[in-house]
Amino acid sequence: MSRRSLPPEPRGDAITPPELYVRRRELLGRAGAFVATAAGFGASLTWLSQRGAADPPPAPPSLPSLGERDGDDPFARVRESPLSLPRSEATPFEAITTYNNFYELGLSKSAPARNAGSLRARPWTVRIDGEVHAPTTVDIETLLRDFPLEERVYRMRCVEAWSMVIPWLGFPLAALLERVRPTSNARFVKLVTLHDPAQLPGQQSDVLDWPYVEGLRLDEAMHPLTLLAVGLYGRPLLGQNGAPLRLVVPWKYGFKGVKSIVSIELVRERPRTSWALAAPEEYGFYANVNPTVDHPRWSQASERRIGQLERIATLPFNGYAESVAHLYRGMDLQAEF
Amino acid sequence: MNRDWLPRAVLAGIGVPLGILAARACAGLLGANPIATALNQLGLLSLALLVASLTCTPLRLVTGASFPMRIRRTLGLAAFFCGVLHALVYLALDQGLAWRALVKDAVARPFIALGVAALLAMVPLAVTSTRRAQQRLGGRRWRRLHRLAYLAGALAVGHYLLRVKADVTEPALYGTVVALGFAARLIRGRSRRSGTASERRVGGNLEATSAREEKLQNSP
Repeated sequence: MSRRSLPPEPRGDAITPPELYVRRRELLGRAGAFVATAAGFGASLTWLSQRGAADPPPAPPSLPSLGERDGDDPFARVRESPLSLPRSEATPFEAITTYNNFYELGLSKSAPARNAGSLRARPWTVRIDGEVHAPTTVDIETLLRDFPLEERVYRMRCVEAWSMVIPWLGFPLAALLERVRPTSNARFVKLVTLHDPAQLPGQQSDVLDWPYVEGLRLDEAMHPLTLLAVGLYGRPLLGQNGAPLRLVVPWKYGFKGVKSIVSIELVRERPRTSWALAAPEEYGFYANVNPTVDHPRWSQASERRIGQLERIATLPFNGYAESVAHLYRGMDLQAEF
Repeated sequence: MNRDWLPRAVLAGIGVPLGILAARACAGLLGANPIATALNQLGLLSLALLVASLTCTPLRLVTGASFPMRIRRTLGLAAFFCGVLHALVYLALDQGLAWRALVKDAVARPFIALGVAALLAMVPLAVTSTRRAQQRLGGRRWRRLHRLAYLAGALAVGHYLLRVKADVTEPALYGTVVALGFAARLIRGRSRRSGTASERRVGGNLEATSAREEKLQNSP
């Protein structure tokens, strides 16, 4: 065989230097240690940095089904309301159902959407009693049948300085209160969330005194803007939004909107409400949206509308001043915040 | 591979959460309030790295292991870097560079003021993190200056504590780690000081110990 048929010798610079060849096991071991350290450290840091308020968003839920749509379906015959903003301004369904404060279903914004499966919204009854002539316990289906649903597209301003526009579906709280006829002693309305740590696992921790209690002065409760919501975007409420029944008071901070209500009580004294009890310097009973009264830890002068980059100015009474400012005439809103 | 591989591996690890955050941000996968998510993640990242850097020396004191000293500077600088990113997201994206409101907030609100103070306390540490700065200052002065790290840690934990609304578990955990590390150093410092007389009699021993420490601290 001639020399020519032999393959050419490798070029000098392609030959592994002997010192590398001799240390190959050590170098491979080091590369392994490097990758393992980087991966382990990276995974730990990722875990630590995505906890609490920083956790990544959950997958958006699909639109809740309406079941059989027939003439009797209350969600099939919804009235329009002059108190509503145009639907075109509404925040996307996806954001409204994945960015929630509902500590009973978890402390982060995404936890409620993730944990909502444990809340069973049917069957559901609401007790209405206290200073009323006709106390009653009423089934959610009965409420849906008796009170025609309206779509109310409202601004929703969270005390944390973000906001949304939500197309609620519901009926005025006043309509329900008129049905049970408050006595002349009734001055406040106390509304309470379901207390069941099995369905609302957040109640196993003691971050707040459970159950969640909110309240309104009777004239606030009777105001036509005050809504008992049973749905949004034309569909029944999802657990993370307070299924099956929640309060919506658009000129107040969002925490006034007590979710998954099981009790409505007419009372003589101002109810001791959850956040006002937990941090009285930070959260008042009235909690009217007010750009001139700052939360002790942050300014309330502006807000981030979810979905927009630029902050926008916060309006007195969340833009509903014309309808509700008269309720507070003569009050010092800096003191009664 | 003359340089120490361990701090480089740690640096690569820090790239993981930052890379995931950047990728999610580009893909629009940070949820309904992406600015708040990015802000919170960068803040937690900075705090975790700062607390990790603060546990290096106590860990060495307690266990005798030398590896923490090889990554201390990397951890501290990464904490500062993430803290700067956190502040930039707050200034530019969250507040939209509304300087007047920003200054008012920083002065009037302890929550913001603590965060600003924590970041400012880290500036001299980052500036003097090079070996040359260490040599220029001298070991003793450098170590004294770098006690600021504990102040930065305490301020950062305070900032986080004021951030949460009801559940203080997590900030309390970070605070505990910082406090334990600080206590370990205090106790070690005291026992060393009380042992000074005898060590002096042995002569040179103490010197040798601190020289070794210096070397460990100087190793990149």
